[in-house]
Amino acid sequence: MTKDTKNPPIDRVDGRMKVTGGANYFADFELPNMAYCVIVGSEIARGTITSLDTKKAQGAPGVLGVFTHQNRPPIPGWDATVGGPADGPPPKPKTEETYRILSSPKILFDGQPIAIVVADTYERATYAASLVKATYAKQAARTDLSKHVAEGIAPGGSGDYSRGKADAHQTAPVTLEAQYTIPIEVHNPMELHGILAHWTGPDTLMIYAKTQGVNATQNAMAQAFKLDPKNIHVHTEFMGGGFGMGLRTWPQETAVVAIARKIGRPLKLVMNRSQMFTLVGHRPYTVQTIRMGADQTGKLVSISHAATAETARYEDFTEATVNMTKFMYACPNVSTRYRIVRLDRSVPIWMRGPGEATGAFALESAMDEMAHKLNLDPIEFRLRNYTETDPEHNRPYSSKHLKEAYQKGAEAIGWSNRKPQPGSLREGNWLIGYGMSTGVFNAFRWEASARALLKADGSLTLQSAVTDIGPGTGTALTMIAHNVLGVPVERIKVEYGDTSLPKAPSQGGSAIVSAVGSAVFDACTAIKQALIELAVKDGGSLAGRQADELTLADGILSADKEPGKKVTVSELMQANNLTVIDRTKESKAGPDHQKYSVYSFSVHFVQVRVNPMTGVVRVAKAVSVADSGRIISPKTAASQMIGGVAGGIGMALTEEAVIDHRFGRFVNNNFADYHVAVHADVPAIETIMIDKPDPIINPMGAKGMGEIALIGFAGAVANAVFNATGQRVRHLPITPDKVMQKLV
Amino acid sequence: MAQNEHPGDALETPDASRRNFLKQSSALAALALAPPVAVKAIDTGWDQKIATAFDPLPLQVTINGTMQNLSIEPRVTLLDLLREQLHLTGTKKGCDHGQCGACTVHVDGQRVNACLTLAMTTEGSTVTTIEGLAQDNQLHPMQEAFIKHDGFQCGYCTPGQIMSAVACIREGHASSPEEVREYMSGNLCRCGAYANIVEAIMDVKQGGKKV
Ligand code: FES
Ligand code: FES
Repeated sequence: MTKDTKNPPIDRVDGRMKVTGGANYFADFELPNMAYCVIVGSEIARGTITSLDTKKAQGAPGVLGVFTHQNRPPIPGWDATVGGPADGPPPKPKTEETYRILSSPKILFDGQPIAIVVADTYERATYAASLVKATYAKQAARTDLSKHVAEGIAPGGSGDYSRGKADAHQTAPVTLEAQYTIPIEVHNPMELHGILAHWTGPDTLMIYAKTQGVNATQNAMAQAFKLDPKNIHVHTEFMGGGFGMGLRTWPQETAVVAIARKIGRPLKLVMNRSQMFTLVGHRPYTVQTIRMGADQTGKLVSISHAATAETARYEDFTEATVNMTKFMYACPNVSTRYRIVRLDRSVPIWMRGPGEATGAFALESAMDEMAHKLNLDPIEFRLRNYTETDPEHNRPYSSKHLKEAYQKGAEAIGWSNRKPQPGSLREGNWLIGYGMSTGVFNAFRWEASARALLKADGSLTLQSAVTDIGPGTGTALTMIAHNVLGVPVERIKVEYGDTSLPKAPSQGGSAIVSAVGSAVFDACTAIKQALIELAVKDGGSLAGRQADELTLADGILSADKEPGKKVTVSELMQANNLTVIDRTKESKAGPDHQKYSVYSFSVHFVQVRVNPMTGVVRVAKAVSVADSGRIISPKTAASQMIGGVAGGIGMALTEEAVIDHRFGRFVNNNFADYHVAVHADVPAIETIMIDKPDPIINPMGAKGMGEIALIGFAGAVANAVFNATGQRVRHLPITPDKVMQKLV
Repeated sequence: MAQNEHPGDALETPDASRRNFLKQSSALAALALAPPVAVKAIDTGWDQKIATAFDPLPLQVTINGTMQNLSIEPRVTLLDLLREQLHLTGTKKGCDHGQCGACTVHVDGQRVNACLTLAMTTEGSTVTTIEGLAQDNQLHPMQEAFIKHDGFQCGYCTPGQIMSAVACIREGHASSPEEVREYMSGNLCRCGAYANIVEAIMDVKQGGKKV
């Protein structure tokens, strides 16, 4: 970006497709002779299949095959490997079990696929699936993390962390020790998971997927089927939300590909909603303990943060739950510990904000509790422990405008109306409370590539394999290209979500605008240079001028100091017999990135209303402030922030996947019983963007915001409930029973 | 709040295909009422025979202004009919249980969950899906408003939200943001675009254009 100006809001470039039903998600594709399949899941959480009757299913009308551990077609790249996930190297330490779909009668988790039924129509496959009958030798399943916290093991890779004195909090003047729990939460994107697989030749494969990364799916399938990635074409232009569940290729996808090959027809799987709870990951149940010490002046003396999370017996899943504690506040003595417990559960996966959202709930609740003990305003307490350098890595932040974010958010929510004494604000029958919390997430910039094609008619096409799961990637890329080349927004076309396009990382970790955006920036910059070179070369229409004396806008290159001296892009290209200027660039973080800690920050403010008679908590107002560098596309960025608020309201107040531990099975695995936030739960939301470019991360100065939109929000609600009622709920979600239990 | 309120009296239509359907379906119902018989039927390999009761039956329904003469299995839902047979894939499946609203369409002007509607029950009805909302390439005001207010992210719930939103106004349930939130609560949006969707609906309502 040459000039430090804010970007104007533009409409989502794929908006028209989305409002007309023209956007095609994987299940919308139709192929000739396509067959359908349905997964039959196990009815126990641990044990062995003793008999599996598939005869009736096999004989049902339209059935093309019933596949179980007895006859699943081979998956060459898997069947040889043992231990650990099928789509990656075995973890260390080695896991207790190995899970390869339909390869053994052993049951490792509730809902584990025991059969896949294929028929010529969806209805026939569904009916036949109901005819598959299994009997089991059951074993007692361990699914309740709260009973097994002591059995946590240190996962390979991430060690314990400490700086300063261990347990300095023992001598701190003011201390706090509290335990916080996050239940199992499920991504539950609106689009059901599945895959449409089509073998276009003996060794060539076309896949319509629900994946956050087409290149990742391509590689996983190449590994599984021992194929050259070039022979695998993966397409995911539109994805109906992912929130992390599409960050890996799930075993059932691979099984469908294998079965499609066997039956010789394109094969479509669309899972049902209850399978979304068991087969595509979840946010793990996590128990955290925070011990915090401070002195009377409000300075932190120590924080220790321990987290224990569930994982599967067949795969170790870890996330950065305790990381925020290491660098968020100026505090001399800090220690963190992270453990996992292997249970008879399916494996978790990152869910929006991932571990950081879990950790932020604990840390930011504890900060609120400590502020209260110290008689300090929660913002003031955070300011007294504010740090301009990262205390974990002893290096500066690339940019941090958190103070400004606190101040702007506080003004917008009306923080001055907050009473420090809990339970002292009322409106009619409702208790009113205010709460706030901070969020932070690493601002990544991964390697990515993009291609830009400028045509002589002045139109521009951008290409990258990146998938857009919803944040508006295409819109942001359009804005970036517009800023470099001055091509009007409506003349820019973005092609994405397909492995035939230049490689891109998976959409996750809030990194796509930074990664792919930089590649687009570089490709467009290369085109601009090419145009300038054509113009200034001998005989060119702007011969002799310097590049920095020229401006490119609306398809016209003009000399700054010579009014009227200009050439259109079309003229320039025609004069040089060019129909297109085509540049592909690979782009990655520069060496400076390592010298800084590069983070995005957010602050969430809420006003809650709590009904003391019923315990109902309503979020009445929400303000979210993002300090994530330059905002590329203000409109879609605001939507990401309000989306984080809606997700945060669910996380704070309603979301919990409940297991009946006698059976190790879910009791609320559907949308009627697992409550995501609905219209009536979500108020009007104010979003505030600090919108100051980060000088380090990338040429646009833009940091990611998908995660920070959610991280911290649940803590803000818990803190507001405390302010409203004087009751501290440390176990999410904050349901009326928990509020009432404390109130009566 | 998309409710399955099929109005009118389609079932009384004196129509041969309808009678045929009723006859066959009551034979099935009788079977269901006699569990031992049904169980025995399956045990003795009658599946194939039972399944013949699911043989395609005729269905006449107007979809997005086009009269369709179809032949479908009676167990097919309106949602799967639209998506898998008529290639009208704008209507989405989010749960198949009437719990999410992604499949909302209009049947005789009322919003219904297409996943909870057996296609056969739409005999003689008029169905409008998201593909039928824009007229002559001119977006419906609600579609325009969703773009203007960015009432979506991933776009998956969007067709259902828009169909529901149009009905919400037509029903007279859009007099305030609070009322809209209440009457739109059957349409889930996991991306959390709610605040923008409510703005879009209020904008259309206040804009006074015909919806
Ligand atoms: S798919 Fe019909 S309500 Fe969810
Ligand atoms: S826009 Fe993604 S679910 Fe609503």
